[in-house]
Amino acid sequence: MTTNHKRSAILIPIISVLLGIIAGAIIMLVSGYNPITGYSALFRGAFGDAYAIGETIRRTTPYILSGLAVAFAFRASLFNIGAEGQVIVGWLTAVWIGISVDAPMIIHLPLAILGAAIAGAIWGFIPGLLKAKLGVHEVIVTIMMNYIALFSTNEIIRNVLTDHKTTTESIKDSASMSSEWLSSMTYYSRLHYGILLALFVAVIIWFIIERTTLGFEIKAVGFNPHASRYAGMNVSKNIILAMVISGALGGLAGAMEGLGTYGNISVMSGFSNIGFDGIAVALLGANTPLGVILAALLFGSLKEGANEMPTGAGVPTELVDIIIALIIFFVASSYIIRWALLRYQGRKAK
Amino acid sequence: MKKKWYLLIVALLSLGMVLTACGGGDKKEEPADNAEKGEKTEATDFKAAMVTDIGGVDDKSFNQSAWEGLNAWGEEHGLKEKENFDYAQSTTKADYMPNITRLVRDDYNIIFAIGFELKEDVEKAADQYPDTHFAIVDDIVEKDNVASVVFKEHQGSFLVGVAAAMKTKTNKVGFVGGIDSPLINKFESGFIAGVKSVNPDIEVDVQYAESFGAPDKGKIIASNMYNNDIDVIYHAAGGTGNGVFNEAKDIKKSDPEREIWVIGVDRDQHEEGQIGDHNVTLTSMVKRVDVAVHDLTNKAMNGEHHGGETLEYGIEEDGISVATTNEDAMTQDIIDAVKEWENKILSGEIEAPKTREETEEFIKGL
Repeated sequence: MTTNHKRSAILIPIISVLLGIIAGAIIMLVSGYNPITGYSALFRGAFGDAYAIGETIRRTTPYILSGLAVAFAFRASLFNIGAEGQVIVGWLTAVWIGISVDAPMIIHLPLAILGAAIAGAIWGFIPGLLKAKLGVHEVIVTIMMNYIALFSTNEIIRNVLTDHKTTTESIKDSASMSSEWLSSMTYYSRLHYGILLALFVAVIIWFIIERTTLGFEIKAVGFNPHASRYAGMNVSKNIILAMVISGALGGLAGAMEGLGTYGNISVMSGFSNIGFDGIAVALLGANTPLGVILAALLFGSLKEGANEMPTGAGVPTELVDIIIALIIFFVASSYIIRWALLRYQGRKAK
Repeated sequence: MKKKWYLLIVALLSLGMVLTACGGGDKKEEPADNAEKGEKTEATDFKAAMVTDIGGVDDKSFNQSAWEGLNAWGEEHGLKEKENFDYAQSTTKADYMPNITRLVRDDYNIIFAIGFELKEDVEKAADQYPDTHFAIVDDIVEKDNVASVVFKEHQGSFLVGVAAAMKTKTNKVGFVGGIDSPLINKFESGFIAGVKSVNPDIEVDVQYAESFGAPDKGKIIASNMYNNDIDVIYHAAGGTGNGVFNEAKDIKKSDPEREIWVIGVDRDQHEEGQIGDHNVTLTSMVKRVDVAVHDLTNKAMNGEHHGGETLEYGIEEDGISVATTNEDAMTQDIIDAVKEWENKILSGEIEAPKTREETEEFIKGL
């Protein structure tokens, strides 16, 4: 039974990805494009040369962290839609510290990263607290927190960090994660050291979930809060902690953009989508750190490769969004199928 | 656990193989493709391309206008899209740099960055690829291989402000901006000054959608404005402005008697305002991005790229004009008034303000 369960947990995302790609091919055929040239352009765009690979990894980096953020909260049965807002406040804080603090790199960079994590953690703490103490649904609070983050960040950029400009100045070199070496190796892509941090954090999160009491309690609360309380666990504390850690991960994802890719922050006309895509990444990665890394890589490659499709094959980039949406659709509907299957098997056993 | 990893890796590898196989297929097709296309191509091997901002090439506004400029250039020289000129669409800010790089590496001779949002990326790219020529529209990048194209939007906005003031019956007009930024403030300032010059008692409601690509927000803002008795809205919001048109047309559809107007931006947005026999587009502040792009591409092709220079297009340079396509709405007295103020601007008698501070000064001086 358990092996069955595990196998389907791995197979469902893979089948969904394949189905999504096949469905995308059908859509291309129907719309009069050649799916083979389309997908080869996609592949070239993501892995065609050193530059593309560098950009793909760069794009993957924040997805890993935002995916982990959502996945971690999911483990406690919390739906952290607020990853987006946590990314934004993390980004802002990282850049803010990067601009305003003067310190040697060994202090400055960790400080900026830590600042981003704390900002994200605060953004996760508020919905966590409201959920734990008052039972306010975290989905609603986190959605609202996203907007608060977006608009206050824009206001701060305009009136505090700059004198009514749309982009802040660049962070000091001592806070930058960008690397001349990685960048020159990949033909001036924006690849930066953040990927190492992201992978390291993934290992830590795996360790927390699988090997610590905290992880065990969070999972237990996720499975059944009432039973957990009966077993003597502090349910509110675990809910808050799960949201705080989740938020900190979101904040780190923002730091990747602020300290690595851009080195500044601009007034955002809309959400960055890093957090929202993190939901899909977590779902596809079955809420496990390894799954999240692989799903983030898939999303990073799809999104990076998408830009090559119009020039390389005349296929609109929107098609990639359709494929991604289909993959998510198949993942979600496979859960329904599996649920139905389990039901069916259960009845048979009786 | 091990089994799990193993399966995933196998799946990813096979996915990779499928895609690589596709790549192989592509190569086989290419030569035949090229040969076919080769017959049609002319001798010119100059290549020009543009990177859109997030509004996209079909924003019915700014980016589209730039793309029309490139198309006109291609047509003039009998060139084909995708070979000698092309565009790269950006859907998020993160796309700008990869798009620019991609075009550089496809050996385009001049690359246009459409919109101030691309400023930092152009700066970086200009340093990395000193041999490629760049041009940025709507902002100034001080690099030897970047030509900066800016427009005197405040002049055009002033004139449509005059038109709005002449047209309004409720003495309330609205302004919907994209992102609250120095650039869009130029539109706002010119517009307010134009309105107040005609009648200082007219109220101007200024709202920003904080996006150039959110028609839904544009629609909501427009709906609020029209509900508050505002009857003319000037939008400087790219794709967001389509929501303003949408709302105006919805109102007009259910109540054809109601007199509400939209003032378009960047292109003559006459088509966007058509609803049945009516047209809600009063006029448009036409910013000839196409003229600038076309002009500059030709110059670059002839070897005179204005790197490091700022080219300013205003009324004098035919870079800015006011559309008079909607003859029913733009009556002769409005056109005359616009002409009158246009002459005042051209003769230097008045100067349209560019910032909020200048607008305050301007209004005090009225």
